[in-house]
This record gives sequence, C-alpha cells and structure tokens, in this order.
Amino acid sequence: MTDQAEELMKSGGMEIDVIPVSGELNVGPQHPGSGHLRIYVRLNGDIIEEAQVEPGYVHRAVEKLGENRNYIHLIPLVERPAILDSIHMNLGYIMAVEKILGVDVPDRAQYLRSFAAEISRIASHLYGMGILAIFIGHSTGFMWGFGDREVWVQILEALTGARITNSYVIPGGVRRDLTPTIVEMTRKAVTYMRRKIKDWENIFLNNPNVKARLQDVGIMTREQAIEWGAVGPNLRGSGVYYDVRKVEPYAAYSRLDFEIPVYKEGDGYARTLVRFEEIQQSLNILEQIIRDIPEGQILSDRFFKQIPPTRLKKWWEGQRRVVMPGYYASFRPPKGEAVTRVEAGRGELLYYVVSDGSAKPYRLRMITPSYRSIYVMQNLLKGVRYADLVSIYGSLDYFPPEADR
Amino acid sequence: MQKPIDVLSQALQSKKIPVKVESEGRASIEVEKKDLVQVAKVLKDLGFDHVKAVTGIDYPDQGRIQVVYHVSSYSDVNLAKVIVALKTWTNYKELEVPSLMEVWKSAWTGERETYEMLGVRFSGNPDMKRLFLPEDFEGVYPLRKSYKIKTEGLFVDRPS
Repeated sequence: MTDQAEELMKSGGMEIDVIPVSGELNVGPQHPGSGHLRIYVRLNGDIIEEAQVEPGYVHRAVEKLGENRNYIHLIPLVERPAILDSIHMNLGYIMAVEKILGVDVPDRAQYLRSFAAEISRIASHLYGMGILAIFIGHSTGFMWGFGDREVWVQILEALTGARITNSYVIPGGVRRDLTPTIVEMTRKAVTYMRRKIKDWENIFLNNPNVKARLQDVGIMTREQAIEWGAVGPNLRGSGVYYDVRKVEPYAAYSRLDFEIPVYKEGDGYARTLVRFEEIQQSLNILEQIIRDIPEGQILSDRFFKQIPPTRLKKWWEGQRRVVMPGYYASFRPPKGEAVTRVEAGRGELLYYVVSDGSAKPYRLRMITPSYRSIYVMQNLLKGVRYADLVSIYGSLDYFPPEADR
Repeated sequence: MQKPIDVLSQALQSKKIPVKVESEGRASIEVEKKDLVQVAKVLKDLGFDHVKAVTGIDYPDQGRIQVVYHVSSYSDVNLAKVIVALKTWTNYKELEVPSLMEVWKSAWTGERETYEMLGVRFSGNPDMKRLFLPEDFEGVYPLRKSYKIKTEGLFVDRPS
C-alpha cells in the first residue's frame, strides 16, 4: 500500500504544486459588509491588479423621485440613503430649501440641530466601527459598536420620536424641544461613552491584531486624497484639515468650541483614530449645548404664526412640540438655486437644489460622502493584497445605500 | 484681509472670465463648451483642487442639457470657503462635453453618473459606461424630463 501511494504521489503526498493563479473574483453583491455592493477584482496571486467598484444594488432613485414630490414630502425620502445618519441627510436638504425660501432659523433651533447632528455623528461612527470590526474578524467590536450606538439612538428616540429616520429638522426650525429628561439622558450617556472609550482603546485600538490589520494598510497620501476627492474622516486621516463645520459653519457650530482631529499617516488605522477622536469631540459639543442652549422658539416666526391657536395650546404649550403649519403642504418657493454642504458622519454631504417656482424641485442633486468614496476605494484597492480588501473597505466606512441614493 | 471670493473674482476678471458672485461662499461661471477645459485649468491653477459634484439638468423646452461642475479647494483653507459652479450647456443634437478628468480626477464618479442618467457623453473620460444602472439600461435616460415614473399597485388607477 505504501509503495502505491508513493508511486501516485511523489514525496509521499507531502508535495504541493504551486500554480501561478490569476483570475477574477466577485466580492458581493450579497452584502459584503454594510449593504449590497459588488467589487469586481482581478487577481494575480493574492495581489489585486484591478478593482472595479460596482454600486447600484440599493439604488432608490432619490434624485428622480425628488423631481416628482413636493418639497416637504421629500424629507423622509432624502433620509433613506443613510437611515443611521438621517439627521444630517435631513439637515442638508432643509438648509438648501431654507436658502431658496429665505427663512431665518431661531437660535434655539440651531442649537437643537447641532445637538441632534452630533448624536447622529456618534451613532454613525459607532456603527462604522462595528462594521469595520466584524470585517477584520473582531466580533466584540461589532457587538460593542452596535450596543453603544443604542444609547444614542435612544436619546434620538426621546427627542424626535423615532430611533432612525427621524425627520426632525423642518424648514424654519425643528419639530420638538429639549426636555429635562433628554438633558439627563445626555449627561448619563456622555459619562457612559467616556468610560466605554477607555474600554474601546484597550480591546480594539491597542489590540495587536487590529493594529496588524489596519496599520500601513490602504495608505492614501495627502495628494491622493485631494486628487480623488476624499471626504470626512478619510480625508482628515490623510492630513487634510477640512471640516465643513469649521470651513462654513452651519447650525450652531460657530458658537461651539471643538477641534478637528487630523492624522498624517493616511492608513486605515489613522482613519479609525480620527473617528474615535471625533466621538470625543462630539461628546464635548453635546455638553456645551446642554449647558449653553438659549431659551426661545424652535420654529421661525414666519411659520409659527400660521399654527392655529388651539393646536398651539395643545402641542406647543402642552408638549413642547410644533405641528406642521398649513403652508408646508405644498409651498412654492421662488425661482432660484441653492448649494449647501454639511459635515455628515461619513464626510461632506452636498445638496444642489434648483427651483423653477413650482411646488416640486426642478432638480435635486444629492452628493453623499459614500458616493465620493467610490472613486477613492477603487483606487486604493489597486495593488493591495486580497486579504486587505475588507480592511480597506471597512476603514473607509463605505455604506452602499448612501452611495447609491 | 481680502475676502477669498473677492480675490477669486479679481483673478478671474483679469483673465476675462465672466464670474457671477452670488454670496460670500458661492460663485458661478457659465462658459461655452469649447472653453470648459481651459477655464477649468485656470481654476485649478488658482487652487481649486477637487470636484464636489457633477450635475446634469435637462431642459427639454430649450432642447439642451446643462452640466454643472461644483468645485472647491481642500489644500487652500481660504478658498475652501468658496464653491464655484462651472456651468456649460450641450445641445440635444450633440450630447457631448469634454471631460474634466484631465484637470480633476475626482470628476470621475459624477461624469459617469451624468452619462448614464442623462446620456451626456464626456469625451476623454475612459469609463463612459453605466455605474448605478444595470448594464441593459440601453438608450433610456431616467433623469431626462421625458422619462415618466411608472407607478404600479392595487390602488393605482390605470394609466389613461
């Protein structure tokens, strides 16, 4: 028997043939991570020679539907691309509409917008961190990311009435006011998160396995980041100081004190560190807001006056909420166009709204941060090892529904 | 210190490029198709280093499509406050615009999307193929005004 085996297999079966492997591989489209996306990869051995990012599996035709709905009906629609960061998607759109309408927003509402936006940012970063963790095989990070995010989602629920897709920001202000319960919840959550960040550092950031998967992987130089048009933490991880909250302050950001973390390394680890430090900055911002928020209206006078007195008595005086005034149903803004940008969780979000004077936008252009990461990812994947694909994908915090819109 | 928007409009006016200043952070330039690349290069030399968005807008009553590039800067902290809309038009008869990828690589995604959604070809962009739409979406351009959304369902009236 033994002789036979040796005849069949040289070296007694201990030898393997090394065949140069080159070929093509499909990553996805069945949910490679945080949504449906196909990456077509051409491999030489385990080196990626070419990668083509092919989005579109979760396309919602937001821009086309945007031309067929009234302005106010579009609020829930524009939130859908990134339901876990819907405050920002909502805010950018409303800012564009307000610009065309020429509405001023009361101070208190501006602070509340920043408040909701920062909570959304923390939740978005924790979500991204969880996805990155499971991508690189760290399931504790996944559970923690989603578990800690729950805290912030509950605050949003108390504030807006919904966990996600909050539709909180409306033209001229916000829908609901801050209550003492929410302030108390925020204080607790800030303390909790600061404690948890220490744990995150111990188990995730300083974990040698995590470092091995992220450090020096997917390096994007400063020049490349600018040329490819990277956004958000990915851009700041490559040494570019750019954050819309500083460049073109909106909501209450010009009155809040915070810093923009920037790292020069440009690798996946730098991008992760930027996100962590942004969470800490957001916690500081939240503390400032609940300390400094001015008293006053949460909806512009122009719209507030249109709410019938009986409804005001029941909702505003009774529950500190505003109900939609009749004007909202199908208002016709003047002709014009507006370009607005906000710093969403994953980076810069741009809206370009063209109005022709009718009740529907003539053109609604929505450029999300993940949309702009498509080109970045495609370029970064060139020449890396196949095993690093997931690490790069995760570290870019790419979210397919957001990119497809 | 001079405002970045004033510096920009002076620099462009000295090069005979008509610029419309809309606010402190917004300006727009409307150019002929043939001058697009040249004006883009001037903007790049001024420090505008990336494209934020490429938008196509269909005007069927005029028989043409407008293409808008929104550009800004990352490397220059002052110019970053300004977004310039670089606008050009293209006729239905000749739906082709020179690609700005040779100036700004970041125009790639937007140009591809404008191609598939409105049917405007960008000459010089190596990837003039579909991005979000399925490969068999041939000759149908959803973001044209002539494309009507079909609604279906139990309670939707039959189209007349």
